Amino acid sequence: MIEFRQVTKRYDSDHTALRHVSFGLDRGELAFLTGHSGAGKSTLLKLILLMERPTAGEVRVGGQLLNTMPRRQIPYVRRHIGAVFQNHQLLFDRTVFDNVAMPLEVMGVSYQDIGRRVRAALDKVGLLSKEKMNPVQLSGGEQQRVGIARAVVNKPPVLLADEPTGNLDPQLSADIMHLFEQFSQVGVTVLIATHDIALIESMGRRRLTLSQGELLTAKSTMARGVS
Amino acid sequence: MTRPSGEGSGPRNRGAGRQRSSLGVVLASYRAHHVKVARDSARRLLAAPVASAMTWAVMGIALALPVGLLLLLASLQGISAGWDSAARVTVYLEDQVSDDEAGQLRSRLGERDDVSDVVLIHRDQALAEFRSSSGLEEALDYLDENPLPHTLLVTPVDDARNAAGVDRLASELGALDPVARVQVDLGWLQRLAAMTDLIARAVWVLTVLLAAAVILVIGNTIRLAIENRRDEILVSKLVGGTDAFVRRPFLYTGAWYGLGGGVVAVLILQFAIWWLNGPVRELAVLYNSEFSLSGLPLDGMLGLLLVAVALGWMGAWLAVRRHLDAIEPGEIAGAG
Repeated sequence: MIEFRQVTKRYDSDHTALRHVSFGLDRGELAFLTGHSGAGKSTLLKLILLMERPTAGEVRVGGQLLNTMPRRQIPYVRRHIGAVFQNHQLLFDRTVFDNVAMPLEVMGVSYQDIGRRVRAALDKVGLLSKEKMNPVQLSGGEQQRVGIARAVVNKPPVLLADEPTGNLDPQLSADIMHLFEQFSQVGVTVLIATHDIALIESMGRRRLTLSQGELLTAKSTMARGVS
Repeated sequence: MTRPSGEGSGPRNRGAGRQRSSLGVVLASYRAHHVKVARDSARRLLAAPVASAMTWAVMGIALALPVGLLLLLASLQGISAGWDSAARVTVYLEDQVSDDEAGQLRSRLGERDDVSDVVLIHRDQALAEFRSSSGLEEALDYLDENPLPHTLLVTPVDDARNAAGVDRLASELGALDPVARVQVDLGWLQRLAAMTDLIARAVWVLTVLLAAAVILVIGNTIRLAIENRRDEILVSKLVGGTDAFVRRPFLYTGAWYGLGGGVVAVLILQFAIWWLNGPVRELAVLYNSEFSLSGLPLDGMLGLLLVAVALGWMGAWLAVRRHLDAIEPGEIAGAG
């Protein structure tokens, strides 16, 4: 589903964020992306989301080569990728419902379908009762779950998460990881960038470790992985 | 790893494939989306009534000024057109020309292509008229003979009834033998034509400048709106909103600003014409004229509103082109 081949990303200022990174993730696979800050985790996610383009090498998502994707095609690629961020990126000028509805709205889904699918997504993360509230009124964990609902509401084949448990206590983190596992079980490819080592160890999933832009290990511990 | 069947199938195609709805449903939801965006944009403007009203007022004044001047110009051109049609050439014949010769000349001129009508005023008739209208009866009694010549009043055909045509006709008539002098009030015709021409140009220059000003004002207002909604733009782009989707609310906002400005302009014009027309008519009556300011007809009002909407839309489009495309979600994910 996601494939990197000898990917190098160099920024103008002689700073090389990624060096010859190669790996592949299958459908339904859940993997962690680790490394200390500045190791290139965010750059790697940005390449998948087409926020950045690789300097060399190939990035493919769903078999699509992203390197040469024309600018106007980018939105259509992003509709197949759900993204969850540490700072949620929720909009506080609208309700929880309207936040989650955004990916459907940009796709031109009819309003009846939007209502049905948004409620299904909110139900999935256990926030159906709060659909009319403003995200500001929610706790950090709840906000993160709204962000996840938004990322999965249009059933994307790929789900990316950048430090999704960054500010959360261990119990909430475990809840959210459980959600991600459920998505991978229905065939979604999930890639989670985190430096929460304890969490990764407890999950026993595949781990991609970046160090100074290079991929150290691609060891697969496919204990419960569905492929 | 799931491999796609063919490299050619772009993500757009895949997206269309996932969408099982028929074309009708897609169009209906597209329209519903436009209605929603238009309503949201309008609601945002009304949520800040003072700021919106000020923008509308600026637009309204900037639009009312050139349109008002154009209306005034149209009224002036109406008068000068009326005067134009009254243009006649007065031909004074030599003193010694006899009645017969004058009659012959009259019928000869009447056959010209550029002449529609010729009236001969006999010297005796002219004297009689002069005597009754000038109040110089007694002075005229002292004269031995009639000092006035025969006179021909030549009316050009419609086609020749302009400054150039009348000028040509007058010079040709002046070259004829029995003609002593040709008099045309060409001076004021030309002056009036030149004046309305000049005013028209000045008004058009003003119109273009003020239209540009309106576009810039709206553009700047939309630029601020874009800054205020930066987060929303970032998230929209992040979840796969196309450029068109992201621009849409701002274009609608610009159109609403335009519509409000157009309404203000119409109100200003109607009020100004109502307020000025009474005194203008009184003044015109003193000059024996039926001149009055022409108001804006219904289709003119609709046209003004359409132009206003178009200007607002253009201003928004400029701002959106300039500022929206520069907002890319790259910065969201942070450095890493």
